Amino acid sequence: MKRLFTYLAASRKAIAVGTLIKIVGTMMDLFIPYVLAHLLDNVVPRKISTAVVFWGGAMIVFSIIAYLFNVIANRMASLVACDTTREIRYDLFSKSSYLSSRQTDTFTIASLESRLTSDTYNVNHMIGMSLRLGIRAPILLIGGVVMTAILDLRLTLVMLLTLPFVYLAVRKASLAGIPLYKLLQKKNDEFTRVVREDSTGIRVIKALSKVSYEQERFDVANRDAIATEKKAGMTMARLGPLTTFVLNIGMCAVILAGGFLVMREKTTSGTIIAFMSYFTIIANALINISRIFVNVSKGSASMARIDEVLSADYELMVEGEAPLPYRTAPLIEFRNVSFGYQGKAVLKHISFTLQRHETLGIIGETGSGKSTLLNLLMRFYDADEGEILIEGVNIKEIPTKVLRRRFGVVFQNDFLFADTIEENIRFGREALTDTAIRRAAGYAQASTFIEERPEGYDSLLAIKGANLSGGQKQRTLIARALAADPEILVLDDSSSALDYKTDALLRASLSAHFSSTTSVIVAQRVSSIQTADKILVLSHGEILAAGTHAELLAGCPFYAEISESQMGGAILD
Amino acid sequence: MTKNSLFRKPSPTALTLDEDKQTSGKRMKKSAVILRLLSYFGAHKGLLALALILTVLANGIALIGPQLSEYAIDAIEAESGVELPKVAFYCGMMLLAYAVSSVLSYLLSVLMITISRRIMYRMRKQVFDHLLTLPISYFDNNQTGDIISRLSYDIDTVNTSLSNDLVQILAGSITLVGSFAMMAKICPILLPIYLVTVPILVAFTCYRVKKVKPLFRQRSARLGMLNGYSEEMLSGQKTIRAYGKEDVMIKRFDRHNRETVEAYYAADYQGSIVGPGVNFINNLSISLISMLGALLYMLSGAESLVIGPLVLAAMTPGKLSAFILYSRKFLGPINETANIVSEIQSATSAAERIFRLLDEKSEADGMVMNETVASVKGAFTVKDLNFSYTPEKPILKHIDLTVEAGKTVAIVGPTGSGKTTFVNLLMRFYECGEGKIFLDGVDIAKIPLDTLRRQFAMVLQDTWLFGASVAENIAYGSVGATREDVIAAAKTACIHEMIEAMPNGYDTVMDEEGISKGQKQLITIARMLLVHHPILILDEATSNVDSRTEHLLTEAMAAITRGRTSFIIAHRLSTVQNADVILVLKDGEIIESGTHEALLEKGGFYASLYRSQFDKH
Repeated sequence: MKRLFTYLAASRKAIAVGTLIKIVGTMMDLFIPYVLAHLLDNVVPRKISTAVVFWGGAMIVFSIIAYLFNVIANRMASLVACDTTREIRYDLFSKSSYLSSRQTDTFTIASLESRLTSDTYNVNHMIGMSLRLGIRAPILLIGGVVMTAILDLRLTLVMLLTLPFVYLAVRKASLAGIPLYKLLQKKNDEFTRVVREDSTGIRVIKALSKVSYEQERFDVANRDAIATEKKAGMTMARLGPLTTFVLNIGMCAVILAGGFLVMREKTTSGTIIAFMSYFTIIANALINISRIFVNVSKGSASMARIDEVLSADYELMVEGEAPLPYRTAPLIEFRNVSFGYQGKAVLKHISFTLQRHETLGIIGETGSGKSTLLNLLMRFYDADEGEILIEGVNIKEIPTKVLRRRFGVVFQNDFLFADTIEENIRFGREALTDTAIRRAAGYAQASTFIEERPEGYDSLLAIKGANLSGGQKQRTLIARALAADPEILVLDDSSSALDYKTDALLRASLSAHFSSTTSVIVAQRVSSIQTADKILVLSHGEILAAGTHAELLAGCPFYAEISESQMGGAILD
Repeated sequence: MTKNSLFRKPSPTALTLDEDKQTSGKRMKKSAVILRLLSYFGAHKGLLALALILTVLANGIALIGPQLSEYAIDAIEAESGVELPKVAFYCGMMLLAYAVSSVLSYLLSVLMITISRRIMYRMRKQVFDHLLTLPISYFDNNQTGDIISRLSYDIDTVNTSLSNDLVQILAGSITLVGSFAMMAKICPILLPIYLVTVPILVAFTCYRVKKVKPLFRQRSARLGMLNGYSEEMLSGQKTIRAYGKEDVMIKRFDRHNRETVEAYYAADYQGSIVGPGVNFINNLSISLISMLGALLYMLSGAESLVIGPLVLAAMTPGKLSAFILYSRKFLGPINETANIVSEIQSATSAAERIFRLLDEKSEADGMVMNETVASVKGAFTVKDLNFSYTPEKPILKHIDLTVEAGKTVAIVGPTGSGKTTFVNLLMRFYECGEGKIFLDGVDIAKIPLDTLRRQFAMVLQDTWLFGASVAENIAYGSVGATREDVIAAAKTACIHEMIEAMPNGYDTVMDEEGISKGQKQLITIARMLLVHHPILILDEATSNVDSRTEHLLTEAMAAITRGRTSFIIAHRLSTVQNADVILVLKDGEIIESGTHEALLEKGGFYASLYRSQFDKH
């Protein structure tokens, strides 16, 4: 909540002016009954028709002012709510973008998504409602109390005795409510996750006739969310009736005490009657305040969830001052690097160097740690042990942005989005010219299928690129990696869906145009890496052997076997 | 971000989105939407009736309160001095009345919460259940985030409105009728004022509703789009980080954010007139009544007023103040109703989005009775099959094919030649354009989808694991597989050791990171091994598996294709050369077909494809 106030502070001027206008508008609403009372009590009995018209006219004028001021104040309130929400949502998205991969894994994407949308929405609702009703109700409350105090201080004190109980009721309900609403949002994350998973896996679900199973799975999440929602609703539902009841006890007390006082001639029955009409105003105000509290509880729960993300520490920080790079040092160096996910070792004691303009090939069994090695190189995770150096500088000392700017990369499960093909290749790099994009598409062997489409580079891709074949997706992604002419090209098994012919053309084109680009290529096919300057053979997270194709054929039976099985031995020159 | 001024009109860009152009289907009529919403109450008639009774009772008893307080004050004012016991008695009665009323209104809330949560549950279930019956193309064209927004925000909005607004309208109408009757009794001559102001009120509200409605649609639609964008970009985070393009994506996000907020503001901006507007008309009525009433009193004096045949009782200040008191009561619920107009608006807009999803057509199901396809052998005949996703670009052209049951068919060809599309059509993920596919002589379009798909076991190009344990993922698709079965399948798929090495072995819960695509493929193969269906589809099943493991798998793969009709798509030709027939697909046409040897001998496209894998570059 503290954070919310810092956000609101940006709009303090609007809030102040809006509050003022709202107060005036509300006062107008209070004036009308006052004028009415005056009209009935003083003017009518004296039968002055001009005065009747005058006071009647005044009421109409007050009505107009009340209308205008309330409209303006409501609009301002909504503007403040919207602007604040926008800021919060912006910061939340930015923060999510800069979280480390480990943090994203912990929060989960489904949860980040619902924090960005439904939680910010709840906060929006809370601010708007608090500013609209949260000012009017307290004014009426305070106004009512002041008026009763003027009428009779003793009776007012009797009435005020109930307020601590009202406070306790509100406090208790919102203390119980906030954690429930937080739980509810968490349950909502759960069904968001199911929907996300199922819309990705819809083919498999349908193919395996698992529709009813998935419906059941969603049903569990749905039931859970609804049950929590119901519980939260029930908790907050007590608040209204309880407040009303406590207040009515107060009213009875006032009447009784009033009776005593009248008996002792300390007050009059007229005062009690007037007192009661103000009491109604006070009671209504309190009921409205308790209604706001339902919203506030929900909003605070959401704000707390947003705050969890916003106050997460930045990981992958730059450590120490980066010394100047040594141009003579190897471009990439791993020094005794080890790493594990959830305590399970994936890479063990990896050391190697790669000079500028060289190509590194990585081959190894499924699950031997090839992709993980790339994750560490680009600092998606920090190594548990050892150092990774670029031009002799530890990558922890380089801002991740600067570090990653050197790379052009295609991951195994890479990401295409619903936009034009051109934008998917450009990927937000405004500085890239159309020529560069088309050239990259050409190198990546993508231009043929792109240009075949009626709208060429402006063709829209479906969600996740669903209207491209597997091989077309990979070529689009390779074009993305090549487009900015990167210093280091990283390809993680990114031609697996290409037929051999296209793959061969791609390799030819890469060696013709990118031979001086330092490359790290993970592949299953020996043919993809056999021309590399250095090949690492990984097995169970360790480097089994390293060397050129020829060296490995001679010295590494494991590698020779792979090569043999793929090349059919005899055809090899 | 731009700094805002204190007052601002919503920017007109908020209104440029026309959702109707994006989604098929016409706008729904509001009355139809409301009727459909109300139909959800049908299942809860009993509870709803109970709620109605509780509403009447709670409001009625609450009205007794003021009456009792009047008696108590009368007792204070009694000529003989304050009658304290009487005062205490009435106070006690009041407490009792209020206690009962509080309990009743709490019960009412509980009841309404129960009803609305049940409806919410049912609605959400309905939407999700329906979602899974929609054709694949729906998921290609609709962002997951938008679907989620319908399931969460839209359904939430509808139900908040159902649980609160309905009670308010009910309670309001009771007070309305009651106070109108009281006013008619006290002074019918002042009622004509309402003949002027009430129609103004109604007209005003209707006018506003019309004007505001598109704004609320925008609000829902924009929020859905924002959700869609967030979900898409959060899924692509790793790539965005790799390219250091966080700032660009943040900027784009902000554009969506701004539009969403503007749409929200625009609806609020227009909606904010309604409450004070109605309040104004109320105040106006009261001002007019007091003015006219006062003048009337002055004109008539103490005598009755005679207008033609009508004889009206004389106006007195007491009557006037009572009339005004009831006027306030009368106008109160109108005011409340107007205040919830915008809530109802946003609820109907949200409901429309829900109903639109519910109205999407499910996949067309087949009609043939299950018996005729009870024991599928797996013979396929494909006749002049044509298919395209978009009319301009045909994907498959004139495919004619006969596959005997139990044979292995390999499909090879350049990327984008239509191989995956072909197997998609076999499983009827998309409707054939022209031409037909027959399974054992039955048109697959006539076979119930469930039955048809239950004939297939497959590994698709997009491996998919869900957030459950590895064991559950492997057992997914098979009925009653034991842990032993799962382990046996994993062993055959060469993934057992890797699973054992995971933090919790077979109980390790899968998430998005920490597992490679090759491992996913092996798990998916294990899953397929447990599904004993007569037809097999392997679409690039081992493309990311290292060739050594792949080699270890060959025997297992050969074993499972034996006796089953199998369709294998692969680029590594070593995996397909033992097929009974190899189809070479190029630009959506079958250009060659035959056995490995025959095709090599022919020296055509396949032969050159085959040779290219040994070319050295």
